[in-house]
Amino acid sequence: MEIMPFLPERPEKAPEDSSPRGLTSVVSTILSSPDQIAEDVPCCGPPAGPSASPHERPGYRICSFVENFMDTAAGFVPRIRTSLSFSDRVSTVLVRCNVGRNTYTVAPGLYAVGNPDKGSPVLVTANYKLTFDHLRKSLENMNVFILVLDTRGINVWCAAGKKTFGTDELVNRIRLTGLSNIVSHRRLIVPQLGAVGVSAVQVKKQSGFSVTWGPVNAMDIPRFIENGMNAEPSMRRLTFNVIDRAVLVPVELSLAAKPALWFALALLVVSGFGPGVFSLSALWHRGFHAVMVMAAGLVAGAVLTPVLLPHLPGTRFSVKGALAGLVLSLPVAVMAGDAGFLGTLGLVLMASALSSWLAMNFTGATPFTSPSGVEKEMRQSMPFQVAALVAGLIFWIISAF
Amino acid sequence: MKHFRYLENVSTIRLDVERCVGCGACETVCPHQVFSLDQGKAKLMDRDACMECGACALNCPTQAISVSPGVGCAAYIIQTWIKGPEKAACGTGGGCC
Repeated sequence: MEIMPFLPERPEKAPEDSSPRGLTSVVSTILSSPDQIAEDVPCCGPPAGPSASPHERPGYRICSFVENFMDTAAGFVPRIRTSLSFSDRVSTVLVRCNVGRNTYTVAPGLYAVGNPDKGSPVLVTANYKLTFDHLRKSLENMNVFILVLDTRGINVWCAAGKKTFGTDELVNRIRLTGLSNIVSHRRLIVPQLGAVGVSAVQVKKQSGFSVTWGPVNAMDIPRFIENGMNAEPSMRRLTFNVIDRAVLVPVELSLAAKPALWFALALLVVSGFGPGVFSLSALWHRGFHAVMVMAAGLVAGAVLTPVLLPHLPGTRFSVKGALAGLVLSLPVAVMAGDAGFLGTLGLVLMASALSSWLAMNFTGATPFTSPSGVEKEMRQSMPFQVAALVAGLIFWIISAF
Repeated sequence: MKHFRYLENVSTIRLDVERCVGCGACETVCPHQVFSLDQGKAKLMDRDACMECGACALNCPTQAISVSPGVGCAAYIIQTWIKGPEKAACGTGGGCC
């Protein structure tokens, strides 16, 4: 057996003139045989931790979701875990609250799940870590490859719309990873929603790989593959149930937060105007009342409308939002202070306009509104929203006198 | 999706049945089951369910389908009104998507 050149050689017998440097050392010297001293006993402190993985490289860290590496014809491929860690789950919540959402990525390239071989399926996905985590947790006990595209940290469907989850990136990533040397088949499973950016015909032409459209939901992948890559009709359907809608609310709120704060500030100041030109006490009392009603409008537009979406009347989000705004802000306006008829009317008009606007902005977060429809709705509704806001503001100011 | 209907008669989707070869790609990739194959040709079954995502048009091998793509986001649409479609960009780069 070779002796590693950099390890000290064992001494033949106890070195009589060696001076142990610490108490641990002294104790170890007494308790253990002389031959053991040099290698097993550290000269100070507890034993050193494990050595670096041979796969670590300067400037790179190995991600916590990587279990180990498998050797392939095109180099080492990380084998990833199919269960999410506590840290993954915490990050999921944070990202859903718009914290760190724009830089939540994994490196594009090839990953392995289980023990894939040359015949194993290749699943294509985006490099948004939320997407990546959602996919891998659906792959327990499977043996597949995952080809991650560089979608700049955006999920499959949105990235497909931007063409980053697109033909060019897919073809390029196949080439960069050397996929044709890793699998002997020429088939990719691409999520159906990626079809917005991926042309199956072009991918075949440019890379030799045929695209099979996988299910909309990652959870259906195991059954899809079991069924011989055939999708049941339900696998090609979208849902947008109350949970799907509710998880979008924190981001909507966070995007509305800054403009809402400025609006509240402006309203506070405006509320100070009255018979004595300007009064700080009016700013507080009237201003606080006004801000409370606006908060109701914010909740109606950014929380209630998304959550109750299909149950609110009409197809226009602006109308749904206006109604929700009216219903929520009126009781708050009446209970949070006494502004008289004109003042109350003014507050409710402003809050409903705000709620209508926020609800209209939710269209971009849904899976069923068309851009043509949104533009038409905006052209129809914005004049009313502006009119209600301006009228409401005027009534509110006048009501102070 | 059953309970989610949006505005009617606005979708820009068009199907040229003459060019259709009945491959069924549009039926497969559409997230809202807008198309259906009938006697070897695609048919627009539910035009108002179309969200103009463009998956069908991109994957039609004979370019029989056309739809004008766009971003269904109110903030972005306002940008296109102000700056025009080429220069439209959302607020503080990387804000929403």
